[in-house]
Amino acid sequence: MPSENTPSPAGTPAESTETRAAGAELIRFERVSKRFGDNVVLDNLEFSVDAGKHVTLIGPSGSGKTTILRLLMTLLKPDEGEIVVDGDHLFHERRGDKLVPAGERHVREVRKKIGMVFQQFNLFPNMRVLRNITEAPVHVLGMPKDEAEQRARELLDLVGLTEHMDKYPVQLSGGQQQRVAIARALAMRPQVLLLDEVTSALDPELVAGVLDVLRDIAHTTDITMLCVTHEMGFARDISDTVLMFNEGRVIESGSPEKMFNDPDNERTREFLSAVL
Amino acid sequence: MSSGIFYEWFLPGVWITIQVTVYSAALAGLVAFVVGIARTHRLWIVRFVSGTYFEIFRGTSALVFMLWMAFAFPLMFGWQFVPMYAGVLALGLTYGAYGSEIVRGSLQSVSAAQREAGIALSFTRGQRLRRIELPQAWPEMVPPFNNLLIELLKGTALVSVISVADMTFAAGLSRLATNESAPAYVLLLFSYFVIAFVLTRIMRAVERKAKAGIGQGGGGKGRFRGLLALKLSPEGEMRQAKTGTAGGQG
Repeated sequence: MPSENTPSPAGTPAESTETRAAGAELIRFERVSKRFGDNVVLDNLEFSVDAGKHVTLIGPSGSGKTTILRLLMTLLKPDEGEIVVDGDHLFHERRGDKLVPAGERHVREVRKKIGMVFQQFNLFPNMRVLRNITEAPVHVLGMPKDEAEQRARELLDLVGLTEHMDKYPVQLSGGQQQRVAIARALAMRPQVLLLDEVTSALDPELVAGVLDVLRDIAHTTDITMLCVTHEMGFARDISDTVLMFNEGRVIESGSPEKMFNDPDNERTREFLSAVL
Repeated sequence: MSSGIFYEWFLPGVWITIQVTVYSAALAGLVAFVVGIARTHRLWIVRFVSGTYFEIFRGTSALVFMLWMAFAFPLMFGWQFVPMYAGVLALGLTYGAYGSEIVRGSLQSVSAAQREAGIALSFTRGQRLRRIELPQAWPEMVPPFNNLLIELLKGTALVSVISVADMTFAAGLSRLATNESAPAYVLLLFSYFVIAFVLTRIMRAVERKAKAGIGQGGGGKGRFRGLLALKLSPEGEMRQAKTGTAGGQG
């Protein structure tokens, strides 16, 4: 976590008690399909993300990027296939030697490893900023209230909003709300942070502040990030890998340098020339 | 109305009316939350049972139910309610059914995005309901609950037919005793109005507090008042609520 771990130079595995050594596989999609009616959003998708890596998903809208994040967050269920997080199946659990559909408790345990920041922030309007951040650590993780508040203050400091902790979300700008949402997600100490077009709902002048915070987190922690964004500059800065999606499949992946400068796939080239 | 009837019957009757209102409202509130939440439950059987309750009590008359409780129930089961509690039960269960619709509707008006944020933070269903959904639905509930409470107050007049000596009963007594209807019933109308007005004032205060609890309304923080007035036009809120849902499947 930001305030505790020393920055890990690129390439050096950063170990902590919570995350596996960088390099180990943390997320794996196994032949995942998802349809909405007749619309096939994900088609036998296979990919994996190693711990500590920052992966950006790009592609035209409707290509299934957000669906991937929502599946990982268990806001959706796959029609076929399975997702493995840190060695645990997300939608199945082991009873004896059989895999059965996961119960609520199992799903909750696995998804504690995952945090998500939404496009529309989704802060709780009935709680002040500080409580937005402490509520889940206290009531889900059972963290003592003092400790949760101490930690929330550190996180607010990280996102530069310490002076706003007693306000209600509605009293903050969109950019401030989004930074609170980032702090809220980090307060759960997830191994994976999902970022779902986190700047798309913001006024242009507020985008930079949010991206700066995320850059800071990406560069100073060993958290794994899965990021859907239209901010290509940001993607280039933070990503280890960029995945290009089209029609529910990964059509190309590679380092940001390769993907942005010299993509192999014609469709990738087309897409990037349209957005860059 | 003679002063004897006024002091001996009408004033105690006012107190009875207030008591019946308060007890029935408490029961109705309890029923409204239990049934209303049950009607949003994920298990169909829970929704079915609570929905059946709602349909039955919405579709039957509170007056008839009260008469049944007072006169048929003792014959059928050999056990009799104190008349006032027969009235409280009938009113509470009936208005509770109406109230459940308010609770259900308000819970459903909480945006799906809030539920998703709760899931993303690993809250249990119960925690989401108690910590996220109910607190946000509550300010929505207060104004319709106020209406229902006034309806309930006026509905308490029904208890006079099962010989509970509320203020309507006292007015009837005065009519029989003095043969003068007009003054007694004018006083009665006025008395209901005064009580209703007081209840409305109380509920307004509750509403203000509820809104302040989600950072709306002018409560407290003076320096944000102007800002809020600008940002929180009703349309603005609606737009926020609408765009708050989940953002498609990009």
